[in-house]
Amino acid sequence: MQGKILIHHEKCKGCRLCMTFCPKGCIRVSAKLNAKGYAYAECDPDKPCTGCGTCALMCPEAIIEVYRE
Amino acid sequence: MKKVYQRPRSLRDVPMHYCPGCGHSIIHRLIAELLDEMGLRESAICVPPAGCAVLAYYYLDIDMVEAPHGRATAVATGIKRVRPDNLVFSYQGDGDLAAIGTAEALHAANRGENITVIFVNNAVYGMTGGQMAPTTLSGMKTTTTPAGRNPRSEGPPIRVCELLQGLANTVYLERTAVNSPANVMKTKKAIKKAFGVQQKKAGFSLVEILSPCPTNWRMDAVASCTWIDEVMAREFPLGVIKEVPC
Amino acid sequence: MNKKLMYGTHAIGEAAIQAGCTCYFGYPITPQNELPEYMSQRLAEVPGGVFIQAESELAAINMVLGASVAGARAMTSSSSPGISLKQEGISFLAGSELPAVIVNIMRGGPGLGNIAPAQSDYFQATRGGGHGDYRLVVFAPASVQEMADLTFHAFDVADEYRTPVMIMGDGMLGQMMEPVIIPKPRKGKKMPEKDYILTGARGRPARLVKSLILDTKDMEEHNWKLVRKFKRIEERETRWEGYMLDDADMVVIAYGTAARIAKGAINRLRREDANLRVGMIRPITVSPFPVKAIREAAQTIKDFFVFEMSTGQMVDDVRLALEGQGTIHFYGRPGGVVPSARELGRSIARRYYQAIRKRKQ
Repeated sequence: MQGKILIHHEKCKGCRLCMTFCPKGCIRVSAKLNAKGYAYAECDPDKPCTGCGTCALMCPEAIIEVYRE
Repeated sequence: MKKVYQRPRSLRDVPMHYCPGCGHSIIHRLIAELLDEMGLRESAICVPPAGCAVLAYYYLDIDMVEAPHGRATAVATGIKRVRPDNLVFSYQGDGDLAAIGTAEALHAANRGENITVIFVNNAVYGMTGGQMAPTTLSGMKTTTTPAGRNPRSEGPPIRVCELLQGLANTVYLERTAVNSPANVMKTKKAIKKAFGVQQKKAGFSLVEILSPCPTNWRMDAVASCTWIDEVMAREFPLGVIKEVPC
Repeated sequence: MNKKLMYGTHAIGEAAIQAGCTCYFGYPITPQNELPEYMSQRLAEVPGGVFIQAESELAAINMVLGASVAGARAMTSSSSPGISLKQEGISFLAGSELPAVIVNIMRGGPGLGNIAPAQSDYFQATRGGGHGDYRLVVFAPASVQEMADLTFHAFDVADEYRTPVMIMGDGMLGQMMEPVIIPKPRKGKKMPEKDYILTGARGRPARLVKSLILDTKDMEEHNWKLVRKFKRIEERETRWEGYMLDDADMVVIAYGTAARIAKGAINRLRREDANLRVGMIRPITVSPFPVKAIREAAQTIKDFFVFEMSTGQMVDDVRLALEGQGTIHFYGRPGGVVPSARELGRSIARRYYQAIRKRKQ
């Protein structure tokens, strides 16, 4: 099953819950910081996302959009 | 690709002031999702606590009124009695509900007020900087129990659901947590059931939610979630404490 | 003319219901128990009527806050110690600009005090017993009829200015019976439109009623707004009664039960000595205080006799009103003592003759 997510980087507080619970390890800490100085979460292009939505389920800021085939 | 999830409409698109990984944010999001899914946004009236979540009224796009610390259940009682057809719920922390607001919570439950209480248990007073709460664990260090909470002098943590269980008019009491995907889904289901109890005018419902407070627990967000599983949930067992079929 | 013999507390309850009060939250405390008892019966007969005997006076005032923000006319009552428990709630009502009517049937204090009538909560009522800068509108009835009329009126004042309003009686006024005509709403009188109440955000933006204002400049402006509101109330709602002032050269100032005793004393003195010319100013609103009436009297009259059933609280407001333009003689009986008109008359006469002698020197 194909999927993808969109993370609003500027609103991420770097709590890392999404990447901790992502079953496929598709999310990682970005090397860059957002305007607030948080090392935000970003998608790892090499890891296929299934659009399961676990990340969005855990995201305290509700800033992850989930897409699925 | 079809969008299958986005920020719920009932959650205003503004950054929340909560600390990274704070359980309040997750719970606000769940409530907002339910308000959308159950079509209750235009009926809901919420009474936030005096605590970190007082600013919930900047985030939840529903009618809200501030109550003095601890008095949300009394205010919610007054609202619900005047507007029985609105969805009325209080959103309270552990200090708000189980310390200063104990009498109001206990008597609203005993009267069987047809309201829902979202009770966020993060074992400390968050907004004021991490003091001991009624639900602080024995031995747990806080800014007012530097040597760890001593059950001999400060008492053990209070289990609110179990306390209210004995009151005949309490219809639905469940304790959940927002520290893992499975538990977040259970929390959403529990709040949905609680709102359902209220819609059926069946009586008092309360959902106690173990919620991470990384800043005052002196841990990061992920460690806080683990701590809930390994330590906190032992003191506060998860699950349905009381459910009267209705 | 449906004049009935009623308890003061019952008159308050019935007048509230006639004014459209549908929600009452109370708690037992002597000497005002008859009011919650009355409301528990009457509100069951009122469509949409809500009566709760709350777990505490503190919970009760917060239920009033809830009912008020939901759009209902709501009332609570208690006596002195219970009113102390309501102060935080009253401060929130004032800060959130929510209407409510709070009845205090005062008793002897401080502490547990006793259940006898007294006027010892004047400061608590008029100086804001709760935290923060706010002023409470406080009516001081002196008869069962006034308890009914002022309660009826209080709901309109509370709604018009979006403020808590207090009816300040005492154990005697509450528990005595007098003939009273309960006011009735004018034909077709509609309840005021309220665009701030919470009804669920259907077809409109969500509403928020709160008193937390983190930005200090906004909080300051909010305070001045409440002051401006009270100025308007002062200009339009201040009430007092003058009694035999035309030829008076000494004025008694007293409210509530104390004013009734003073009237009796004045009548007695004037019968006994025609040229003992004493009159009275009786504040009906003690907040806002009738400053103008006192200043006007001070143009011609130099002696003021303040009588309170307390150690002296309203006397400060008289002193502020006079600003040194008159001599104040204070006579107080705290603790629930109710002096007789004769006793009060003796004290007034003594001060009156002293004042005349002094003026002649």
